[in-house]
Amino acid sequence: MFVLLRQLATIRHDAALPRGRPLSLAIRHVDAGSCNGCEHELGAATNPFHDIQRHGLDIVASPRHADILLITGAITTRMAGPLLTAYHAMPEPRLVAALGDCALGHNILGEHAELAGPLETLLPVDIHIPGCPPTPDDIAHHILAALAQPD
Amino acid sequence: MSAVEQVTPQAFTATIAAALAAGERFGGAWASGQGGEASWRVLLVSPERTRVISRSEADGPLESITGLTEAADWDEREAHDLYGLNFGGHSPLRALANHTEDAHRWMTPVSGDGVHQVAVGPIHAGVIESGHFRFHVVGERILAMDPRLFYKHRGLERAAEGHDIESALRYAQRACAACAVANTLAYAQAVEGVYALEPDRELRAARTVLLELERLYNHLHDIGAICAGVGFAPGTMAFAALKDRAQQINAQAFGHRFLFNTIAVARSPVRLERSASDATRAAVNELHTDTAAAWRDLQFAGSLQARLDGVGVLGRGDALRLGAVGPAARAAGIAEDLRSSEHRLAYDSFTPAALENPSGDVGARLRLRALELEHTYEILEQQLERPLTAGAATTAQRQQPDSLGVGRVESSRGATTCIVELAGTRIARLHLRTASYANWPALAHATANNLLSDFPLINKSFELCYACVDR
Repeated sequence: MFVLLRQLATIRHDAALPRGRPLSLAIRHVDAGSCNGCEHELGAATNPFHDIQRHGLDIVASPRHADILLITGAITTRMAGPLLTAYHAMPEPRLVAALGDCALGHNILGEHAELAGPLETLLPVDIHIPGCPPTPDDIAHHILAALAQPD
Repeated sequence: MSAVEQVTPQAFTATIAAALAAGERFGGAWASGQGGEASWRVLLVSPERTRVISRSEADGPLESITGLTEAADWDEREAHDLYGLNFGGHSPLRALANHTEDAHRWMTPVSGDGVHQVAVGPIHAGVIESGHFRFHVVGERILAMDPRLFYKHRGLERAAEGHDIESALRYAQRACAACAVANTLAYAQAVEGVYALEPDRELRAARTVLLELERLYNHLHDIGAICAGVGFAPGTMAFAALKDRAQQINAQAFGHRFLFNTIAVARSPVRLERSASDATRAAVNELHTDTAAAWRDLQFAGSLQARLDGVGVLGRGDALRLGAVGPAARAAGIAEDLRSSEHRLAYDSFTPAALENPSGDVGARLRLRALELEHTYEILEQQLERPLTAGAATTAQRQQPDSLGVGRVESSRGATTCIVELAGTRIARLHLRTASYANWPALAHATANNLLSDFPLINKSFELCYACVDR
């Protein structure tokens, strides 16, 4: 793909993000009631511009293979159950990341009866990624920054 | 703008039957009001006009119109689940928004030798929105598929009630990021319809640019998604990069990768000075060149091309019967696009994209998007020749405002409708019937008789939103 190759030659901007860290982390994503903005940006995080895989981060298909549960959306009543099932399917140790303002409980729109409450009341949130939606670089930055914290 | 025709229960079905026979089309239906006092309203659309036929629940049992138009199926099921209405003749009235545990309440009964079910979701393997698919299969062959959505139902429409017309716009925006411009523009047009406000040339130009920029990144995304559906990584990544460049243009010109907060009622919140419009136009032009080259490359990708023909066919008759809209309908040979009859936007002499061979399969939906991208680039390059300045929607006539407005916008997925009912200056009812909502039944239909392993590809070729269906 000629265009792809030409783009790749010019678009790698490698922001001020750390590289070559001796770690790898598997992310499982759960949409618990988002507007699809966070999904688009998480998808974009794996595109040739942002390429989170170069940091050792990757998105995996099953919670059984995941280190981080990355959750988007306002947590609807209908998604609370599947979300907890995914969490309990993960091996320990495990981390929970709230992706985007809705998952962080900020500026939620919607009817109270249809929402299961803030994510923090359902699961312990370790990583907070603000934004509406957060950009792909924000996503990588916040995950890597949280991992750089000493235990 | 759109007068509500209040009719008796006896006249209701006959009025709609006569309208459909005269060539008007079903455009959506919604309940308004509560507890035994609700009104049930049906939108009828034609290129010339929109009208709303309404009857009261208190006047007697409601009759289903699904015998007249199957496109009303989901609307009636939703009104039953969320507003408690019942529809005589709609049998069985399967659950849609109501997530009952009883599978027989929402699933198509399929039985026979060797028939089994495959359950997928609500959580999917990729980075995808949440929703459930229940496949009924024999071996690898799909007999039927029940989409079970509304996992993401946030009650946005109810939550918008009571807000003033300015602040309620954010509920339309939050419904879906990928359709934010289309949904908010439909909302703004609905409100402007209530007050008979007409946009001036500047406002028409600004909104047209925004709507086409939204279509641009979505169509690029969708082409990449079809490549992903067959596992053709070079195409996926090439178009993911092109999509990202389109979103970078959005961010550079209007401050947001998804163009949030760029639409407002009766005014334009965005400006582009001469230097900015020139820079945007140059970036769009460069993207146009690279898109054409990437599309040319796809034509020679045998492992992609071999997977497209005859898969996920939605024929013209079925598309009409099920009320399909947008690229899915046009790929089946229905030459309808709201942009060709839209005087409130700057689409002069617009002709809907038409394929030489509208075969209604995955290949046709892919080719149609590429064709539409060409139109989008042309429109953008033309509209960005001038700066975007402050625009407004104003009215020439001082008249009593209507209580109901209808906005209809061609989103990247097709005709999206927003209904706004006002009580004074506050929202009494907000209803969003997006193109995805119209097309999910068509996708389910197009899935039947295909192989289970082709479903991701068929799904991606429609690329429907869950968020703006579930709301």
